[in-house]
Parts: sequence; structure tokens; C-alpha cells
Amino acid sequence: MANSLDLGKYQLGWADVEDYVFKPKKGISEEIVREMSAMKKEPTWMREFRLRALANFFKRPMAPWFAVNMPDLDFSDIYYYIKPTDKQVNAWDQLPDSVKSTYEKLGIPEAERKYLAGVTAQYESEVVYHRNRKELEDQGVLFCDMDSALRDYPDLVRQYFGTVIPPNDNKFAALNSAVWSGGSFIYVPPGVKVEMPLQAYFRINAENMGQFERTLIIADEGSQVHYIEGCSAPVYTTDSLHSAVVELIAKPGARITYTTIQNWSTNVYNLVTKRARAEAEARVEWIDGNIGSRLTMKYPAVYLVGPKASGEVLSVAYAGAGQHQDAGAKMVHAAPETTSTIVSKSISKDGGISTYRGLVHVDEGAKGAKSYVRCDALLLDDHSISETKPYMEVSERDASIGHEATVSRVGEDQLFYLMTRGLSEPQAMSLIVNGFIEPVTRTLPMEYAVEWSRLIELQMDGSIG
Amino acid sequence: MKEMLLEVENLHVEADGAKILKGLDLKIAPGELHVIMGPNGAGKSTLANALMSNPAYAITEGTVRFKGEDVTLWTPDTKAKAGMFLAFQYPEEISGVSVVQFLRQAISARKGIDVSALEVRFALMEWMDRLGMDPVFAERHLNAGFSGGEKKRNEILQMALLEPDLALLDETDSGLDIDALRTVADGVAEVRGERPEMGVLLITHYNRILSYLEPDFVHIAIGGKIVESGKADLALALERSGYEKWRTN
Repeated sequence: MANSLDLGKYQLGWADVEDYVFKPKKGISEEIVREMSAMKKEPTWMREFRLRALANFFKRPMAPWFAVNMPDLDFSDIYYYIKPTDKQVNAWDQLPDSVKSTYEKLGIPEAERKYLAGVTAQYESEVVYHRNRKELEDQGVLFCDMDSALRDYPDLVRQYFGTVIPPNDNKFAALNSAVWSGGSFIYVPPGVKVEMPLQAYFRINAENMGQFERTLIIADEGSQVHYIEGCSAPVYTTDSLHSAVVELIAKPGARITYTTIQNWSTNVYNLVTKRARAEAEARVEWIDGNIGSRLTMKYPAVYLVGPKASGEVLSVAYAGAGQHQDAGAKMVHAAPETTSTIVSKSISKDGGISTYRGLVHVDEGAKGAKSYVRCDALLLDDHSISETKPYMEVSERDASIGHEATVSRVGEDQLFYLMTRGLSEPQAMSLIVNGFIEPVTRTLPMEYAVEWSRLIELQMDGSIG
Repeated sequence: MKEMLLEVENLHVEADGAKILKGLDLKIAPGELHVIMGPNGAGKSTLANALMSNPAYAITEGTVRFKGEDVTLWTPDTKAKAGMFLAFQYPEEISGVSVVQFLRQAISARKGIDVSALEVRFALMEWMDRLGMDPVFAERHLNAGFSGGEKKRNEILQMALLEPDLALLDETDSGLDIDALRTVADGVAEVRGERPEMGVLLITHYNRILSYLEPDFVHIAIGGKIVESGKADLALALERSGYEKWRTN
């Protein structure tokens, strides 16, 4: 592959020297799962959960429409668990220097000072740094890494873990359930509104290393929380697999917003299962930005199980040279008067492929259900591709479903107009692209919106003929 | 003799394979207001686009000099940074980008420094006030959903803020009712008052805007060439007799 091009594209990428305490062999087996569970000192039920999931993973074929996108994926050529430091630290200063410098490059300390109510930073497979602000603790909000949650809040975890996405849901959910490590756990008590977004950063830092984080968020009745995960990854020479599972539970009247900025380097397979359960009058919003990875397949879902629950997915995908963004959403209306909105914006450039794949499902009896889907694709040249695959399964007559889709190209006239105002061609292109995704970026906190426009500018720069 | 701002010599331009300009000559000195009039198909808009290097218009012969430099092959952004400006007949709509956000980038490009958002906002507020524009305009998406008059006023606003040395106004007066026309003409006069050295080339189909702006020179373009040049009274003669006289030449 063209290394110089990749380096140019990933100016935010870097690789630190690996300094790991434990580094097992590649590949996966029952033995590795048992060993991992034992090292983590997990309760028996979790070990059994992992082993059942592993059996499922072995047994289950990959869905054909998944497999077609990654003919060269080799499950035996991946590390499934790497532990970077012996145990957790709870103060920034105690982190090893190499880990600390990684996060300084990501801007965590500064961001934390300004915005964060708490940080969970995942380095490799396990969370190594996390601290809750006092106000969160005072409100009774639980926010920690998933491994600690299993130890410290065993009953809560056992009650909800794997209830939204069962381990046999799909091959990658099964894999994650077997080898998960790290991720975040949040519990918000009834009526509590968490004002500031909670955030976590994830990176993969070992070649051929899988990352299988597991996140579980429970917003109890009438509570509110906004969680943000941002990714940036170093440049690699061989493929990496990232396969997370994220489960959200919004109890009656609760509201959860989950924002993702995904910027893996272009050798990463990013196969993520994200699903929420929204109970009566609850609201769940997935804001999902995919700018990196070689292949992303991700369809955040909301199961609207209580009357008047609502769900929204706002997604932006950028596919450049050698990239395929296969993203979308899934809305399941299982109760009356539930509403859903899906807005998808995709950009394809330099031969990149963007696919919108979405499903709106309305159960019989979900009277008065409403759904609106809008997909806009922007093509920046003639050899890039956009595909739209909307699926509707409506079993209730008294439901209203709307769908709109557009495909457009950046016009020569628009570029000329902006260039007569002194903007270079890449600047003009960036402005048009940023304008195109504005309906999504305006929902982001300022800091992220700025980072997004900068990422778009980096993608537009230099490679325009 | 003053140094010329713009010198166009023997300009030949093709668009969509058709020869449109066939040896056009034009000279504009600093501070002068020139008007080019002509019937449809005379090549008026082609001239504006070619002067600004629109890639859809190919210059096949001739030269364009700006402030003494041969700029014939310069890109549009280079020309803009050097001080050339084109007010479009049909300004493009850019959704999702606010007027203030766009102007910050444009002004920064023109000045060659990163202008602060606050500085842009102050300058913008001042000029919107002088041009009689509603302040909410700054937050709207660039030309998206603007009325014809709003788009033209927005072009004049950009001209004011980008402080060009030469402004090309391509049928800026077309499609406007009399109030909007007057506002646009006043805007041009306002900017000229601020920048007396700025040269203006006004391309128009009608002479009604000339009731509000006094040209130094009037040129008549027919068949891709300037066929006659004169003072303001040429426009009056044209109004009386039409283009027929020059067509038969």
C-alpha cells in the first residue's frame, strides 16, 4: 500500500512504543477465554457467559452480507487480550509516561479541565485511567470501566449485561461477549440529570490486536445522560479488528444521548453492535460519526418498547480512498405512538464507498407509530460510490413512515463561486462538505464540532487533482 | 498617464465549444466606473467569467493584465487574493455554511492573515447597517433560500468586506424591483465612496441602474467585441435608438 499517502492522511496518528505486562498468543480458544476470565478474577457467571458466547461464535457463520465485505479477515491472526498495566491507577500523575503522552496527544487533560465530568480512557484492551468528579458521586451516578463495574456493582451488571444484545445476536456480538475487555459502565439514578457529557477515548495500539470493549449505560426513570466516545488511531501496516458492543437502557422518561467520533486508521475493521432499549416516553439519540477505518459496519438501533418512546440516529460517514463505510440505523417500533428519526449523511471521495443500510420495523399494534428517514449522499468525484439500502417492515396500518433520499455532487459552479472569494479548491471543498454535514455537527458539543471540521479539512487537503 | 488597473487585449474566449469573445479590448484605470452594455449573446457574462478564470470558459487568445501583471492564467482564488472581485448574476447557494462563517474564511484569504471571528462580526455588522440589511442575515446559510434581491445585496456586502481593487458586477441589477435596484446602486456608491481607487466594471442589460450610478465610460458589446465606447451619453443614445445601428456595422 502507499505508505506515504496513509501517513499524509493520518496526521493525527502516531504509535507509541509497546510496554505490556502481559501479551498472549494470537488466536482464540476456550483456554484463552478461561485464562482471561481467571486473570480478571471474574465471577463464575461471567466466565460461563463468555464460554457460551464463544461456543456461539464458533458455531455461527458470518452473515453473507457481512462476509462479502471482508474476505481476508483471519480470526486466528488476532490478539484477543492484552493487559497494559497491572492495575488501575486513579490519578493522572501515576500513569506510566508512555500512556500519559498518548493521552496528552489526544488532548485529554485539557479537555477534562474544561468539559469533563469524568474520564474513562481505554488503552489497549483495558481501562487504565478513570476518575469520577465529586459531583457525579454526590448525585449517585456510577461511572467506571466495565471490569471494575463487574467487581464493584455485581448485581447491577448481572441484571442488565447482555439483555439488550444477547451473546447469540450475531457473530461479532458473540465474539465480543466471549473476549470483551474494558469499555464503560454508567448508571444514572432516577431523576438525576447529568449536565456535562461523560467521555471516553479508545485507541488500538498493538499491531494485529483486537479491541473488544463493552459498554453498558443504564438511565433510570426520568434521568438524563450524554456519553461521548472519540477515537483516533495510529497508522499500521496490517489489519486490526475492532468489535465493540454497546448496550443502552433508557427506563421510562429517561433520555440518553450517545455520541461517537470514529477515526480509526484505514487498516481497521470496525464492526460494532450498538443497541438501545427505550421504555415508555424515553428518548435515545445515537449521534454517530465515521471518518476512519478500512471498513465500518455499524447500525445503531433503538428498540422502542414502551408507548411514546422515541429514537433518533444522526450519522455522518466519510469514505476516502480504500475505505468502505457501511453504516445506518435500525428502529424497531414495538409500542403505540413511538416515533423515530434517521438522518444519514455520507461523503465519498477518491473511490471510497458509502453505504446507507437501514431498517424501520413496525410491529402490529404499534398504532400511531411515526418514522422519518432521510439519507443524503455527497459524491466528490466520478469514481466514488454511494449506495442506499433502506428496508421497511410495517405490520401496522396505523403508522406513518416517510423516506427521502438524495445523491448530489459538488458542483463546479459552487467551487468557482467560493474560489472567486479567495478560497483554495480544498478549502472550498471542505466548506461545502462541512456545510453538508452541518445538520449533524450542530448537535455536537463545540469542541467536537471543531474537531470534525478539522478532520474534514485534513481529508480534503492535498489530494484534489 | 495613470497606471492601468485592468488591461484586456484581444481577448478570445470559448465556452461549450462556441467562440464567444472574438478579440475584446478594454482598459480600466483606478477609480473608474465602466459600464458594458449589449444585447443577449454579446458575450457580457462570458467576459466576467473569463476575467475571473471560470474553468468552463477557455481563453484561447489574448491577455488580461491586472495592476500591470499578466494574470491571464491565474486561478480564481489567486485573482481574488490579489484584489479582483466578481459579483455573480446568479450567486451559488451553500447550505450549512453561515454568511459570517464563510466571510471569515474569505476575508482571511484576502488579507492573508487569520482574521478573528469577532473582527469579522464587527465589520459585518457595520456594513450590514450601511447597506440596510437585517442583522439576522449573518447567521443564515449562504444564499440558501435568499430572495433574488437578498442574494444581490449579499454580493455587494461581500464586495464591501473583501475590499477589492477591481469589482466586476455581472448583471447585478437584473431581476430587481426598483427599491432593490436602488439599494444595490446605493451600496455600490457607498463602497466606492469608501474606496475611491476601486475600479468597477458593471455589466448590464438595461440602463436603468445608470439613473443611480454615473459611469465614466460606457461600452457597447456586440458579437464578442466592444463596438463603441463613449461617455455616459452613449447610454442615452442607446436608449433612444437600440442596438440596431451597431449590428448593421
